[in-house]
Amino acid sequence: MMEPILTRYVREPNSYTLDFFLKHQGYDGLKKALGMAPNDVIEAVKASGLRGRGGAGFPTGLKWQFVLKDTPKPKYICCNADESEPGTFKDHLLMERNPHLLFEGCLIGCWAIGAKVAYIYIRGEFYHVQKIMEAELAKAYAQGYVGKNIMGSGFDCDIVIHRGAGAYEAGEETALIESLEGKRAQPRIKPPFPAVAGLYNAPTAVNNVETLCNLPAILTNGAAWFTSLGPEKNGGPKLFCVSGHVKKPGVFEATMKTTLRELIFDHAGGLRDGHKLKAVIPGGSSVPILLPEQLDIPASFDDVAKAGSMLGSAGIIVMDETTCMVWVARNLLHFYKHESCGKCTPCREGGDWLLKILTRLENGEGEMRDIDLLVSVGGNIAGKTLCAFGDAAATPALTTVKHFRAEFEAHVREGRCTLPADWRASKTPVGAH
Amino acid sequence: MSFHPLMVYDRDHFHRSERTRLDEGKAFTFTPERRAALDDLLTKYPPDQKRSAVLAALYLVQEQEGYLTANGMRHVAGILEMTPAEVEDVATYYVMFFRERVGKYVLQVCRTLSCALAGAERVTEALSEKLGIKVGETDPSGMFTLLEFECLGACDRAPIVMVNNEHWHERVRPQDAGRLVDDIRARGVAAFNGCHLKLEKS
Ligand SMILES: Cc1cc2nc3c(=O)[nH]c(=O)nc-3n(C[C@H](O)[C@H](O)[C@H](O)COP(=O)(O)O)c2cc1C
Ligand code: SF4
Ligand code: FES
Repeated sequence: MMEPILTRYVREPNSYTLDFFLKHQGYDGLKKALGMAPNDVIEAVKASGLRGRGGAGFPTGLKWQFVLKDTPKPKYICCNADESEPGTFKDHLLMERNPHLLFEGCLIGCWAIGAKVAYIYIRGEFYHVQKIMEAELAKAYAQGYVGKNIMGSGFDCDIVIHRGAGAYEAGEETALIESLEGKRAQPRIKPPFPAVAGLYNAPTAVNNVETLCNLPAILTNGAAWFTSLGPEKNGGPKLFCVSGHVKKPGVFEATMKTTLRELIFDHAGGLRDGHKLKAVIPGGSSVPILLPEQLDIPASFDDVAKAGSMLGSAGIIVMDETTCMVWVARNLLHFYKHESCGKCTPCREGGDWLLKILTRLENGEGEMRDIDLLVSVGGNIAGKTLCAFGDAAATPALTTVKHFRAEFEAHVREGRCTLPADWRASKTPVGAH
Repeated sequence: MSFHPLMVYDRDHFHRSERTRLDEGKAFTFTPERRAALDDLLTKYPPDQKRSAVLAALYLVQEQEGYLTANGMRHVAGILEMTPAEVEDVATYYVMFFRERVGKYVLQVCRTLSCALAGAERVTEALSEKLGIKVGETDPSGMFTLLEFECLGACDRAPIVMVNNEHWHERVRPQDAGRLVDDIRARGVAAFNGCHLKLEKS
């Protein structure tokens, strides 16, 4: 196992304080960056091959390079701290236990693209985290690490923590910008991309928390070190969130050479005693299921994609043999129906229909043709919407039917759920949750 | 028109948007402290982008009134130079704003997959039984409201209950849910065990 970089000190008392951070190379990466020309910082990040940790895996250096340079407008970094993809809780840990690392990353990003403000858009539910961050940010201002003339360099840069109010879709980058502007979190039509016209119509880079937290180490240790940590094009340390039916759910830092099986069985302690693995969702609820025999692959963006799924937000949800896959699909479609921003018809209406069909199937009130109807409705959402939410919403229905069609048929044939687990509701009907 | 050929919209099957009238509430102005807090927040955004503070302003209304009233929203609209409709548009989108009176403790149980795999449905059932109310309701004493929320971003500590948009109680077991209610009655917010800070080695 590698020496953790991002989460090395998270269990130490006071790891979140400025004093602790400064004793452990805190703000060294920023110091290095401020001694370099902004463009050289972008080149260093490009050379590291750092890919966005928010879900899409897009190269961060390239994203920064696209940010419009010749413009009289201000520029912005928006840090995406909305972390709402079911199964994902890594940014939560980073912000709560290592907030200065994120501030340092934000400032490096601002220096590189020429921004004077970074907005950290944090989901409203993380208010307990926000309060810790605000107290620490005040200390960083007081000691000259944020604000005017940072570390005597002449560089001025502010950090503002902006609280969301409960909306998964606010994590989509243009919806995040809309929400920051005081509107509903509904995405914009692209192009123009945020790099050209983002927050307040000015050039903007939207970066995930974990992405920004990687920057200090890249500057201190160098791009070559970063790439050497993982498979080709999948360098650096990575945080994996393992939850569900494992003994030790948690956030684990490893390289993307680590296999999914190792993450589940070594890091997260394997399944509860006496239980067998049934299915794994490797990248947050929006990605296709992998079966137990597909887990001996490196948990990298490219290898998981090759296996037919996505690394996404690295939220690994583990399910054992007690889990009914019709119920899983219904549970997740409830989420997607609830969170659809409503801007485009296939997602708004289709999600609702998928939930209705799945509810009647799970209740044993479905017909055989409902199974094909699910596939057909799902196919009419995926690829036909304004943002990637549509594909995400169709996925739980499509992937469960693909791998576990027999379970759907059994529900119809027997007129009831054929796998009611003891951890599920016992007194209220399906649909109440 | 229907979105899928097999899914007709007729007299019995149609989609209707759920527009609700907001409660007028009492006449509203921010307390001087809250008004000062909002003015301070406004300095964090460009002067012509006051609207960016609307979520923060609505949280302040909710803090003062317990929920969002139409009067509160009109007051916010005046300060932020928005129309009341624009404020209502935002207020009705985000789930952390309450549009009707809620109990002193709003129990927000996470219902999404990882929590459900760890027994969240049974936690909700146990709370519902103990309080004698269904999800979405407030108990007659006005002390508790029971809600289900979607993934709260702490699935390793499942099942999670958030309280009043702010306090957290993690690893709730169905068999302990009833005791939690008694504990809240006795000790208030001290009953909650918090979140990740517990990670610290002691
Ligand atoms: C529906 C939806 C939800 C998303 N939620 C998040 C999120 O909670 N956090 C996040 O960092 N990215 C999220 N993303 C991805 C962002 O749109 C964006 O790609 C990312 O923030 C870019 O940062 P990165 O390049 O550092 O990954 C979401 C995307 C979609 C389509
Ligand atoms: S796909 Fe869904 S979430 Fe995305 S814009 Fe359309 S309605 Fe909104
Ligand atoms: S599923 Fe409950 S916190 Fe993620």
